[in-house]
Amino acid sequence: MLKDITLGQYFPGDTVVHRLDPRTKLLLVVIYIVGLFNSTGWASYAFVILVTALSMAISKIKPKSALKGLKPLIIIIILTAVLNIFYTDGTPIAEGWIVTWEGIERAVMMSLRIILLIVGTFMLTYTTSPIALTDGLEIMMGPLKKIKIPVHEMSMMMSMALRFIPTLIEETDKIMSAQKARGADFDSGNLFQRAKALLPILVPLFVSAFRRADELAVAMESRCYHGGKGRTRMKQLKMQGIDLWALVLGAAFLAAIFVMKHFGL
Amino acid sequence: MSSIISIKNLHYTYPGDEFESLCGVDLEIEKGSFVAVLGHNGSGKSTLAKHLNAILTPTEGEVLVNGMSTGDEDKLLDIRRTVGMVFQNPDNQIVANVVEDDVAFAPENLGVEPKEIRKRVDNALKQVDMYEFRLHAPHLLSGGQKQRVAIAGVIAMEPEVIVLDEPTAMLDPKGRAEVIDTVTKLCREKGITVVLITHHMSECIGADRVIVMSSGKVIADDSPENVFSQVEFMKSEGLTVPATTELMFELNKNGWHLPLTALGVNECAKEIAKELK
Repeated sequence: MLKDITLGQYFPGDTVVHRLDPRTKLLLVVIYIVGLFNSTGWASYAFVILVTALSMAISKIKPKSALKGLKPLIIIIILTAVLNIFYTDGTPIAEGWIVTWEGIERAVMMSLRIILLIVGTFMLTYTTSPIALTDGLEIMMGPLKKIKIPVHEMSMMMSMALRFIPTLIEETDKIMSAQKARGADFDSGNLFQRAKALLPILVPLFVSAFRRADELAVAMESRCYHGGKGRTRMKQLKMQGIDLWALVLGAAFLAAIFVMKHFGL
Repeated sequence: MSSIISIKNLHYTYPGDEFESLCGVDLEIEKGSFVAVLGHNGSGKSTLAKHLNAILTPTEGEVLVNGMSTGDEDKLLDIRRTVGMVFQNPDNQIVANVVEDDVAFAPENLGVEPKEIRKRVDNALKQVDMYEFRLHAPHLLSGGQKQRVAIAGVIAMEPEVIVLDEPTAMLDPKGRAEVIDTVTKLCREKGITVVLITHHMSECIGADRVIVMSSGKVIADDSPENVFSQVEFMKSEGLTVPATTELMFELNKNGWHLPLTALGVNECAKEIAKELK
């Protein structure tokens, strides 16, 4: 049911990729994106695809679950492809056609780019627990504290939001059942009527969310929370040998892409 | 025994309210004791609990924790690490998505060394019998288990007092027993002072002392045996007594001669058996 939804789609595991420091993985994703956007020819695309497939194999993620993440973006991918087919100048595929060979090539490349972008970045959330991710982000953004950006507060809010998603989903479930039991109808009528039917769910949900927030704040205060100052962490993030190796591989990947770009491959 | 919390002439009015929620409470809570606070809704028992770790500060009077006044802003953290608090709704006091991370929250806030936190977390989880669940997600646990995680989260702070504000109100009977057993064990074995706010009479049986509150005042303060044997007084205050006392009270009305001080089910059964012989 709704309760079993895992957010950020983290798949627990014990592979090399899972054991990497979240900071390393964040950096690798940045490297991957830079590499992807600098690939211009078919050879470099093939290389990126190979790297993506390899890292998927190492982290033991099934291609099926990786592709599942693409579902909500299918429309954007198709739209990009169609626009590129029709709006690229070049040699038409037949006399009098607007569609060009260059257009088709670009459409395929652009769609591939979006797909690789999504699959590649999902690898991060698939192999990193949300807590490790927010911890990693907090440390990496640490220098921003100097210019008065509330980094600790932001990461606290993020992990708190993640913590309460299952609780609120459960609550929504309960409220929906309660309203259905009193004759509410969520499944019929036009779009407008259905949106209106959601109001009796949203109002109690928001009221209870505020009450929860209030209670949580008191509970946090009781446990001596007083901001990020002087706070320590039980789980210290530590860069290890494998992190270094992963970053070296990342650098090699980027170098290879740029070499290929230079030769127009 | 010396007292760890002393409350002197405590008055409290919620902002915007006309009447006082607490009107003149005087209490001494002894170190290592198990104190139960009873009272129906609106009797001021939760308000009293919130004064014990400076969530609320007195309008008039004083609350001293280990000699520190709760009104003293500089002592706030010291007071809160001395008096831990467990609330009614387990969902709203768990902050992390992994059990052990949640238990680590308080020591992390206090700036304890990472290795020491690890030790405290493992210890705390073992004390509440939740060690094997340390890597679970809290929202998939039962109510009683969640509440025990919340207790572990407080123990990891190494407090001298634990205040539980109706910790069993949202739990099923099994969860209720789990929580009360855990708390009793902590008090008896680890010497942690326990203040249990409740409206379940049966949960007070194991306490050293029962405090009954009504309309912001303490109306009875004695051992459970002495408090519950005043069946008529309790009923006049709109409270019930444990089922065992009730049974013996009714039997006595019909000419039996049972001592109302046998609170436990076993003691009660023994008394009745003795009478039947």
